Amino acid sequence: MEPRKRDKVTGRTTTGHIWNGIEELETPIPKVVFAFLAGTFLFAVLCWVLYPAWPFGVSYTKGLLGFDQRNVVTEQVAKAEAARIEDWGGKVEALDYAQIEADPALMQPVREEGRRLFEDNCAACHGVKATGGPGFPDLTAKAWLWGGSSETIAETIRVGINGTAEDTRSSQMLSFGKDQMLDREQILNVVAYVRSLSDLEPAAGDAARIEPGKEIFAQNCASCHDEDAKGNQELGAPNLTDETWIYGSDQQAVYTTVYNGRQGHMPSWGERLTPLQIKILALYVHTLKAPQ
Amino acid sequence: MPQRADAAALSYRDCVSAKIKCLRYYRQQKKRVSRDRVSLLFMGDNDMISQLTSTERQYALVILVLMSLCGLVMAAGGRGDPLGVHGFVVLAFSVGLAFVLISGFYAPQPDPEQQTQYYDDPTKVGIALTMAWAVFGMFFGVWVASLLAWPDLTFDQAWSSFGRMRPVHTTGVIFGFGGNALIATSFHVLQRTSRARLSDQLSPWFVLFGFNLFCVLAVSGYFMGITQSKEYAEPEWYADIWLVIVWIVYFAIYLRTLARRKEPHIYVANWYYMAFILVVAVLHIVNNLAVPISFGSAKSYSLFSGVQDAMTQWWYGHNAVAFFLTAGFLGMMYYYLPKHAGRPIYSYRLSIISFWGITFFYMWAGSHHLHYTALPQWVQTLGMSFSAMLLVPSWASAGNALATLNGAWHKVRDDATLRFMMVAAVFYGIATFEGSFMAMRPVNALSHYTDWTVGHVHAGTLGWNSMIVFGAFYALVPWLWKRESMYSPKLVEVHFWLALAGAVVYVFAMWNSGIIQGLMWRTYTENGVLAYSFLDSVEAMHPYYIARAFGGLLFLTGTIICSYNIWMTVRAGKALATDNDAEGDIPVFARNAVQAGE
Repeated sequence: MEPRKRDKVTGRTTTGHIWNGIEELETPIPKVVFAFLAGTFLFAVLCWVLYPAWPFGVSYTKGLLGFDQRNVVTEQVAKAEAARIEDWGGKVEALDYAQIEADPALMQPVREEGRRLFEDNCAACHGVKATGGPGFPDLTAKAWLWGGSSETIAETIRVGINGTAEDTRSSQMLSFGKDQMLDREQILNVVAYVRSLSDLEPAAGDAARIEPGKEIFAQNCASCHDEDAKGNQELGAPNLTDETWIYGSDQQAVYTTVYNGRQGHMPSWGERLTPLQIKILALYVHTLKAPQ
Repeated sequence: MPQRADAAALSYRDCVSAKIKCLRYYRQQKKRVSRDRVSLLFMGDNDMISQLTSTERQYALVILVLMSLCGLVMAAGGRGDPLGVHGFVVLAFSVGLAFVLISGFYAPQPDPEQQTQYYDDPTKVGIALTMAWAVFGMFFGVWVASLLAWPDLTFDQAWSSFGRMRPVHTTGVIFGFGGNALIATSFHVLQRTSRARLSDQLSPWFVLFGFNLFCVLAVSGYFMGITQSKEYAEPEWYADIWLVIVWIVYFAIYLRTLARRKEPHIYVANWYYMAFILVVAVLHIVNNLAVPISFGSAKSYSLFSGVQDAMTQWWYGHNAVAFFLTAGFLGMMYYYLPKHAGRPIYSYRLSIISFWGITFFYMWAGSHHLHYTALPQWVQTLGMSFSAMLLVPSWASAGNALATLNGAWHKVRDDATLRFMMVAAVFYGIATFEGSFMAMRPVNALSHYTDWTVGHVHAGTLGWNSMIVFGAFYALVPWLWKRESMYSPKLVEVHFWLALAGAVVYVFAMWNSGIIQGLMWRTYTENGVLAYSFLDSVEAMHPYYIARAFGGLLFLTGTIICSYNIWMTVRAGKALATDNDAEGDIPVFARNAVQAGE
């Protein structure tokens, strides 16, 4: 121990310890620290008395307020839900699609909630503006695979496409090339024909392929896509004469589609969303307009 | 004419001899410079190896051979698994060190006189490793921050995806930068405040290199996709076991050196360092209890599941903040701040109650990370209430540090080194208040899962941990290498302002984005529907993410400047005129006062 010294700045004495030149002052603990400690301790005790806090054996102190976060959140959610139903949700549930769409005041909350639901659930594939992308349909193009009425859209959302619900919509385009139903020449021919239907710019040598391609189409494709290639919404077979191409319209892309076949997936949302939410989403999607 | 011929002959001869002299001189210089350079990089330093006794050299070789064998076994047993790759990493690490060791194996025995001095070689190497990890870890921090603003910056590589690079950043800065800084400074502080040399010369090297091997395994594992998915405890079972071994040796060094101390009392800095080592060992062992799917596989399954797993993880996670990022760094502060300020600690009693307060209260607080989850509410209430009480010892520590500066505020104004430490204490106070505040359930309802949490963590790590390390290093480097001052005090000043600006920009960006996120997620329209989708909130974050990346870049720039400054201080700093350092870093109490090693 070194002799205690008085520090000139603070007027306090040192403890007499020196560690490589470092000393300590004997300053008492400021009162405010005790006050602060007492305050926070009181707060803690209050928490323990009012809320579930201390465990004992297989149970715990329940707290005077009888507060339970699970009950609180369940009640709050139920209350908000009830208010929404009373306000406008009940009407959406009760009325049919045409009636709702004819009521601008009712469509206002439907659009708000529809947009939110769409962005949180659908936008990951279909895009924020619902314009889709390679492999995912553009919902503003009105080129529907399974039908574009509000009712059928709602049904598609509920069951999904090639989804996990038992009554899911299911469809598959066969792998004509991979499974050796058509050879390379035949595929090139039918691709030339299909592309000619929507007036796409022909690839080199396509002119001579269109006629034989038509023949192949009639034998292999027409059963699903129909004789006039306008598709079949019963089977989810797309219209091949319009301007909408989910997987691309250039020769290579269409060739790949015919060669490998296609089988898109959409989740069965009935397993995750309520019927009301699905109805709102269908209304929202149905009223979407293509971006200018 | 003959005169001219003579002159020509002479000048030719002169030329040749001058050239030879020149070459010889140049070679000597080159040799000297490269030796200096090597002794900086330390890896191949004969001087440092010649400090080891021949017994220690033999033990070191045995350990390295054992480690190499371990690496071989891992490589063989883990064929076709990332574990095999890590086997080769261990092998390369051990063989590399063995080569360095063998290069100086037959150097003469060290002068017994050295046993009467402090042993600072591991601290010097530790400082270099700290700065290397700092630049590495912060670089990845800036990268992941930029990734959030510009997602294409992964360049479509698996290893550069956010999920892999984020733990590279956190491990790089927390363990690589923070851990090495703690190890390096703890060896220095331990000896000075005990007035005793480290208990032996081999175990500090084992701890330092062993710990860095752990960090290398961790980081290289993340790039390959190895993780046990526990935040801040991502490394898999074999790396965890290795860290336990290293950590036990670390604690043994502490106990053995303290047992040899010449001071009657143990200085407060050492309590903090010891709490850090001891509690981190407990946390690490319990949270990482796991069963590997086979000894030939890197993958393991945790002993805990469900909410117990979550609770164990956050008991670990929060106390890692408490004992790795707080206790250890408080130890650093309690030595370098009063030492550099030349002031006595404001209150001995305050240090004591703060120490025990922090140690006691922190242990309960982890459950505040799981508010409003499946965790039973009574655990949440306890976590919340203890977090409130925790604020008292936290602020008492910060207050004790700031009050210690009374009588030295003019130095704070003039000296960026001390200012680093002062700002660190202020940020420590801010971050601990914020932490307790966010632990209140109603506040947490807003802040949880938002960037506010990220901002809070960085107020602590950038503002408190990094600043105290920089302050400590700027004080320590001239002492250790016996320089008059840092190579460039001006660059210290530049670094200070870059670091402060970077931290402030970062924290403000995250406060804003976090609170905006929290509010957007709970805003309803008058129709009772959520006003914003999650995507809306992501879009709203974009400007703040750019600001955050910019703040991080400022901070990284400061760190690079710091590394350069330290490098130049070691290489070209002005040597102290006398051996008798006025600062008293050289044993003050004459040589025989330092207890000789065994």
